[in-house]
Amino acid sequence: MIINHPLLGPRDSAEFTYLGDASMIHRPNWEADDAVAQFAEYGYQRANPAGLHRELWFHEGGDRSWLVITRDTTTHEITSVEMARDVARAEGRTK
Amino acid sequence: MRYSAFKVIKEALTGHRGWGPAWRDVDPQPEYDTIIIGGGGHGLATAYYLAKVYGGKRIAVIEKGWIGGGNVGRNTTIIRSNYLLDGNEPFYEFSLKLWEGLEQDLNYNAMVSQRGILNLIHTDAQRDAFIRRGNAMMLNGADADLLTTAQIKKRYPFLNTENARFPIKGGLAQHRGGTVRHDAVAWGYARGADQLGVDIIQNCEVTGFVIENGVCKGVQTSRGTIKAKKVASCVAGSSSRVMEKAGMRLPIESHVLQAFVSEGLKPLLPGVITFGAGHFYCSQSDKGGLVFGGDIDGYNSYAQRGNLPVVEDVCEGGMAIFPMLGRARLLRMWGGIMDMSMDGSPIIDKTHIDGLYFNGGWCYGGFKATPASGYVYAHLLANDAPHPTATAYRFDRFAKGLMIDEKGMGNQPNLH
Ligand SMILES: Cc1cc2nc3c(=O)[nH]c(=O)nc-3n(C[C@H](O)[C@H](O)[C@H](O)COP(=O)(O)OP(=O)(O)OC[C@H]3O[C@@H](n4cnc5c(N)ncnc54)[C@H](O)[C@@H]3O)c2cc1C
Repeated sequence: MIINHPLLGPRDSAEFTYLGDASMIHRPNWEADDAVAQFAEYGYQRANPAGLHRELWFHEGGDRSWLVITRDTTTHEITSVEMARDVARAEGRTK
Repeated sequence: MRYSAFKVIKEALTGHRGWGPAWRDVDPQPEYDTIIIGGGGHGLATAYYLAKVYGGKRIAVIEKGWIGGGNVGRNTTIIRSNYLLDGNEPFYEFSLKLWEGLEQDLNYNAMVSQRGILNLIHTDAQRDAFIRRGNAMMLNGADADLLTTAQIKKRYPFLNTENARFPIKGGLAQHRGGTVRHDAVAWGYARGADQLGVDIIQNCEVTGFVIENGVCKGVQTSRGTIKAKKVASCVAGSSSRVMEKAGMRLPIESHVLQAFVSEGLKPLLPGVITFGAGHFYCSQSDKGGLVFGGDIDGYNSYAQRGNLPVVEDVCEGGMAIFPMLGRARLLRMWGGIMDMSMDGSPIIDKTHIDGLYFNGGWCYGGFKATPASGYVYAHLLANDAPHPTATAYRFDRFAKGLMIDEKGMGNQPNLH
């Protein structure tokens, strides 16, 4: 797979490591009443879809940025690559 | 029909006209007591033991393609019970014992070959960890044997024990481990289950569940609705896709694992060797091909094929300890979809929906578990309580912090 890094251009996927579902950007609030249940869900349950999947990749062998990649899990085709920072901010995460 | 040497000779003399099909090709009935979704090794074994050991009646196995077309026909056929943790080891040892009696039980040649498995040691820390694992295995009634480099060299003279980065300093052997002919496992269980009256329904995809007031009453399929008192999902890499239809999210990610086989060679590798530090393992099939593999590719995938970086990684690992591999030509390579769980261990449990049961999360190691997985799942279906060797394989272990994490990797499926 070739990952088209927003800053660095096309890079070999072997330079990256994979974390998983991009919903992990949204860590639950530890002060919430149901924080324990929320963290169990956050830590362990995954949608694991067949088809488009938004996921976190880390450019470990490169500029060490986090990316949000949209990829089809049935074909491995990558349709979008964004900086995870931009995605997180756009989705309202502040810390 | 019972298979025997006498039958083989008789058929040889009479033009092989007396062999019938090994299982019936049936259309689905409108209703069953138990429906098992997935005609892989685990689903077929579940049906077999449910009928044979637990007296189950009116059982169907529903398979979307043909039986044995999933991971049971794609794996590298290694069986072993060399686990460390209490939640796992009794279960895998139970499985290995079932393998030892399987062919007599099924009257089917599954080519169970206890040729031994060897895990290589390269450092003092690894030796300590392997000694601990060997002791845990023996405490659970399994066999384990710590070998010196000289003992290993005697059996495998071609191994490169002097690799600068990973010199071989010994190994942990389980002599009762080995390999089994994977397709024959699916076929043998299918034939055994069929003879006990189980309906094996192929080319029938489960597309949904019939759930009324929190109770599962059957499945919707590509061949119509089929009712059942109990529905048991057993679809390995497709677990999330199937259970999503019941509104469930699972502690599972699907990942692709690749495997490789070389051209046929003369016998040279008597047992199974794993080079964990180099992410490589290898055995030789009875046809002569070197069967080998390494890591999963590491990202979610349902594609049943992998990418080249892992191919390169596996071959590099192989060349490091096994330099003569470079002379063998690669014949085939393929991929299968692994149900990677959050702690690397499986789940065999009831769901929160009455009448709906789940078996999955086998990662890259479910083939060896096939007999026990079927046995304990049948136990759960028959008794609504777990088999004594499978009490830890529960859904709620994640929320409760009771992970069974052999490798100590945490909730990162691609690292298990
Ligand atoms: C390359 C590779 C190497 C491996 N090596 C080893 C090894 O050396 N040792 C080991 O112990 N394990 C190994 N494994 C793991 C092992 O193969 C699996 O864990 C095990 O086979 C899974 O159980 P199963 O046989 O029931 O799965 P499968 O054979 O995959 O059965 C699941 C079945 O469910 C069916 N299904 C899916 N969705 C539906 C639906 N909606 N309706 C109806 N049916 C459906 C599928 O078609 C499939 O036939 C390996 C796996 C791979 C891919």
